[in-house]
Amino acid sequence: MSWLVPVPVVLPLIGAALAVLVGRSRAAQRVISCVILTVTLVVSVVILVEVDSNGAMVAHSGGWPAPLGISLVADRLSAILLVLASTMLLAVLIYAIGEPGAERNHVGFQSAYLVLAAGVSASFLTGDLFNLFVAFEVMLTASYVLLTLGGRAEQIRSGMTYIVISLVASSLFITALALIYAATGTVNMAHIAERMADLPLGITSAFALLLIVVFGIKAALFPLFFWLPDSYPIAPSPITAVFAGLLTKVGIYAIIRTQTLFFPPESQHGTLLLVVAALTMAVGVLGAIAQDDVKRILSFHIVSQIGYMVMGLGLFTLAGITGAIFYIVHHIVVKTTLFLVGGLIEHAGGSSRLTRVGGMVRTAPALAVLFLIPALSLAGIPPFSGFLAKLALVDAGLGASEWAVVAVSLVVSLLTLFSMMKIWAGVFWNPVEDHSDDEYDAPPLPVGRLGGPPFMVLPTAALVVCSLAISVGAGPLYDLAERAASDLLHPAAYIDQVLRP
Amino acid sequence: MRSGRPLGEDDSPLLDETVRLAIPVVLVVSIYLLFAGHNAPGGGFIGGLVASAAVFLRYIAGGVPSRRGLMRLPFEVLLGVGLLISVAAGLSSLLLGDAFLEAWLVDLDVAMLGRVKFTASLPFDLGVYLVVLGLGVAIVDSLGREADDDSDTAVESGEAP
Repeated sequence: MSWLVPVPVVLPLIGAALAVLVGRSRAAQRVISCVILTVTLVVSVVILVEVDSNGAMVAHSGGWPAPLGISLVADRLSAILLVLASTMLLAVLIYAIGEPGAERNHVGFQSAYLVLAAGVSASFLTGDLFNLFVAFEVMLTASYVLLTLGGRAEQIRSGMTYIVISLVASSLFITALALIYAATGTVNMAHIAERMADLPLGITSAFALLLIVVFGIKAALFPLFFWLPDSYPIAPSPITAVFAGLLTKVGIYAIIRTQTLFFPPESQHGTLLLVVAALTMAVGVLGAIAQDDVKRILSFHIVSQIGYMVMGLGLFTLAGITGAIFYIVHHIVVKTTLFLVGGLIEHAGGSSRLTRVGGMVRTAPALAVLFLIPALSLAGIPPFSGFLAKLALVDAGLGASEWAVVAVSLVVSLLTLFSMMKIWAGVFWNPVEDHSDDEYDAPPLPVGRLGGPPFMVLPTAALVVCSLAISVGAGPLYDLAERAASDLLHPAAYIDQVLRP
Repeated sequence: MRSGRPLGEDDSPLLDETVRLAIPVVLVVSIYLLFAGHNAPGGGFIGGLVASAAVFLRYIAGGVPSRRGLMRLPFEVLLGVGLLISVAAGLSSLLLGDAFLEAWLVDLDVAMLGRVKFTASLPFDLGVYLVVLGLGVAIVDSLGREADDDSDTAVESGEAP
């Protein structure tokens, strides 16, 4: 079955090529993208089932054996994230087709979107550190295009920040790569892991920190998060949703993968990661409280939520990493949903500023429901998925006697609830406060019974159902996350599968 | 003749003739590089860049309208077909039961040409060549056309006496 492994990367690329060729027909482009992403989702699910029952699958591209060629490796963590990413990409694509805006007006949208999908899949699947760099670049190049679609002045300005910061991170990454190659003589991740054990502790520590900084920029960790709330909110809504759900998580995935695989537990910087995690949570949520725009509030929450995932990793226990994986699963679904709802609010109210919209609980009751479920879930209210994810993390934190970070995470949960209720009050409950004319805002549109165009509301509703399904199926999902975490903590099997098939 | 030349309004016979002579040479070199890439310096990317250089030369000498003559294919087709060829080259070996991107070898005795030997990395490289060339054409087309429009409007809006 290992021939399946390259498929989630190759299929979107074929789709991108076809979408360019049929550029004149928007309908043909849509059919191609939807079919391609649906097939990718099916393939990802097959990979997950296969990997979970039979262990990691390795594909050596070009038929060159492991340390020489580029290996593509699907283990449990990769497969879980692959399934989630394909689901999000498909849902957001349908939403984008339904939304009057970015997708309709730009001939290149579908191609760039599919290239982004290929980059995300490649990042999760690669077993080669240099190839991870390439996958990041593919993903980022597509994201530059998508972020600035429309070419408004503020998009270009924020796009510049985003591009510059991404380039800085990429240069650091390639520098780190060169240093690791110089020290170990290989870029195959399993091979690096094997040789890293022979290096002096000082050098491995330096590499560990360097990689945390590199991926920390992409994942928006404190203090390297400042670019995110500045650039994400100005992209078209479906783009913001897919960036929020997936791009920073690719950074987190890279941190988890490299830290667990390369560095033996005794050279870990668990305390440093916990401090960073606590600061990321706290600063993110404080930033969110200070905002008065739905998309900006949600963007700061991305930062805050990243802190929880790093907290799980920083514990370096089975329960901690399981919690982190479970949290990522919950977060990707819920965050994407919230941004999609944010887009619907903007669509229905003509603005995403809290002061300029209001009373939507009467004008668009369906939206109110679609917002409330993921919002409560994000804040960690039982019985939603966020509660279970946070419970897993807090439990792991208590188990490792890390009282301080547990306390911070609980306070941050409370503040998250506060800022979600601020959106609820501003958008849905209170009347419109600011009636002055603003040239930047679109006029509110008639929303109908669903609260928006059906093709925008239905994928959003489907994702809400997904997040509810996470709480319903929490038991098996937690077990799966635990098996994935156990793989990560015992990398010997992974190394053997890649190097000695 | 006003053709939106980037280097001013006057014809330059010297430049025109030089470019006319240079372009076939440049294109042949680009194709040589494409084929040489398997065992020697070269490859699809370099070849595509050199071919793009021919497109740029044509544009510098004559502006966007003259570029149309050299390269009538729209860049979308170049980009799309190129990407498809590359991916198909990778998939073909997967379909034959080998690993993704695994190269198969073709060794033929062709009349006149002698022994011809190439591998599946040649179609892959050809795809890369087309993508890079398509990108070159796209850059000239989008940036060049805009520059031409600017210079045209500048002339029309009365800066000329």
